[in-house]
Amino acid sequence: MAKNLYEKVWEAHLVHQDGDDCLIYIDRHLIHEVTSPQAFAGLKEKNRKVRRPDKTFATMDHSISTRSLAIDACGPTNALQLRTLAQNCEENGIQLYPVGHQKQGIVHVIGPELGLIQPGMTVVCGDSHTATHGAFGALAFGIGTSQVEHVFASQTLKQGKAKSMKVQVDGKLGLGVTAKDIILAIIGKIGHAGATGHVIEYCGSAIEATSMEERMTICNMTIEAGAKAGLIAPDQTTIEYLKDREFAPKGADWDAAVEYWKTLTSDAEAKFDTEVYLTAEEIKPQVTWGTNPGQVIAVDEPVPAPESMPNDVEKVSCDKALKYMGIQAGQQLSELNVNHVFIGSCTNSRIEDLRAAAVVARLGKVAQSVTAIVVPGSAQVKQQAEQEGLDKIFIDAGFEWRLPGCSMCLGMNDDILQEGDRCASTSNRNFEGRQGRGARTHLVSPAMAAAAALHGHFVDVRQLQGVA
Amino acid sequence: MSGIDLHSGTAVPLDQANVDTDQIIPKQFLTAVTRSGYGKHLFHDWRYLDQHESVPNPDFVLNKPQHKTASILLTRQNFGCGSSREHAPWSLTDYGFKAIIAPSFADIFYANSINNQLLPIRLTDEQVEALFKKVQANADVCIDINLSAQSVSCEELTFQFDIDPAHKNSLIKGLDAIGQTLELGAHIDNYEQSIPAWRQ
Ligand code: SF4
Repeated sequence: MAKNLYEKVWEAHLVHQDGDDCLIYIDRHLIHEVTSPQAFAGLKEKNRKVRRPDKTFATMDHSISTRSLAIDACGPTNALQLRTLAQNCEENGIQLYPVGHQKQGIVHVIGPELGLIQPGMTVVCGDSHTATHGAFGALAFGIGTSQVEHVFASQTLKQGKAKSMKVQVDGKLGLGVTAKDIILAIIGKIGHAGATGHVIEYCGSAIEATSMEERMTICNMTIEAGAKAGLIAPDQTTIEYLKDREFAPKGADWDAAVEYWKTLTSDAEAKFDTEVYLTAEEIKPQVTWGTNPGQVIAVDEPVPAPESMPNDVEKVSCDKALKYMGIQAGQQLSELNVNHVFIGSCTNSRIEDLRAAAVVARLGKVAQSVTAIVVPGSAQVKQQAEQEGLDKIFIDAGFEWRLPGCSMCLGMNDDILQEGDRCASTSNRNFEGRQGRGARTHLVSPAMAAAAALHGHFVDVRQLQGVA
Repeated sequence: MSGIDLHSGTAVPLDQANVDTDQIIPKQFLTAVTRSGYGKHLFHDWRYLDQHESVPNPDFVLNKPQHKTASILLTRQNFGCGSSREHAPWSLTDYGFKAIIAPSFADIFYANSINNQLLPIRLTDEQVEALFKKVQANADVCIDINLSAQSVSCEELTFQFDIDPAHKNSLIKGLDAIGQTLELGAHIDNYEQSIPAWRQ
């Protein structure tokens, strides 16, 4: 029977099945300081051990400072959480990349960077943006802390099989339009809960043309469409990215792996429960106007009115979002003054993202009214950017160049916004209060964020000389 | 853990779709390393007018005197979307909620709820609307949940709901999911034997 990619990876990991109740094996377990302490404590309470510390990797990313490498830089509660992680890793023999380590960074940036994530693997983490790793054709999804404990103890998870959705994007993206705009356009089309209960496979010529980093940006925000995971079939781009990375197979193992990876595509006759089609040429730079990522429009469109929404629930949501965001229906986004810009997060903090932002930053200076920060996704990204001189470009233009971490994506450190602040952000969530109580977040691509920093309001990057 | 099968209580109507986990429990409360004590921070930004939680927002539905003792949360579609933080169900159960009724839930939140003996009940939009009408007309109206029978009743209304048999079983019996899985240890050993070298 013809199978899709999800079904192939799923079946290759079935340990046990009892009716619809499946036990699947987990190849990689990534952990960080926020969602692991209670799982370690639970384990201890029951006198259980981490079954496969060799398949478990830890980093510090959420609760750390981006100004200082000191563990105590963000106060005693954050420090306790970080020390707890260090101690738990030590006690259980788990590899940890702590603050200051050359391989430390946001969990979803370092996993791929180290070659830990490979096609056909199952990957979990107590973090919803684990979906990022689907870019490699790995089945990767976020789990809660009870499930983290379950994986610690058994290296497996109980799961029901999800439905499948094909999202096909064909054609060629216009200049100034990025992977971030593709995924925002997809979420805008299917809605914030449009893929609930599904695993998405992204395909089509526009997806095939993307780099690994762009694929990670797309898969990263799969969760913002409600899906459990997003997948992209591995191809030559994937293989080239992985070759010679630290944890990638070597020698004969590499050859065997590549041979297997090449079988990881959906069969021609494979069935999906839902199919969605987009045309790349029609996608423009996207900006969210509301308080969930599905509330998004192209930069040149007017902000929608509650009356234009398809049902009462969405009318109420729209009305509430407009009030929170302090904007009017019909307004142009270019009229909105931005006083903060955040370039970073597991969505857009890789080297290609920083290069794209630097191309724009080179064109001018950060507006007087704007505070703009650039937070690389990992120590390795930071080092690479510095080798390329990107840090100088940002600093000369008036951006702050920070240490790697989650930073203002969710503000568990001191990178938080104040009530009423309006931020152009390359992160993934524009929820109320996400970046600070009463703060207003607009999600955009790195180039769009950099452009907003220079102009103090949203501009269409396609109209900037030297970009398009 | 003790199981949950029958529950009767009043409901608080949170008339909003897409309630995300950042609203349920904001990030500043995620720095704790324990599982308890999150209830007082539940819906922090909506529930309090100040950061120190000393001034309750009188307009927020949870603060209305008639809903103070509610043990069922009635809400709209896509409840619990966003981050995977299990602090969300921890804060809801610590506050005193036993069940949540909504037309749909985000996947991770749903699984986290099951793992914390918090019963997520999916009803249709129309059924949820009918319950909203009942609760908004009379805050004291009792809602009866019978998990074995997979039913929700309120006065003359009775609705059936779907739930995965494994989830139902583990909620009713309050099972230790890890303990159950560890009984399958031999299968896990066998599987590990079969993993090729390049996928170790
Ligand atoms: S960068 Fe943001 S979304 Fe990504 S892992 Fe960190 S907090 Fe989560």
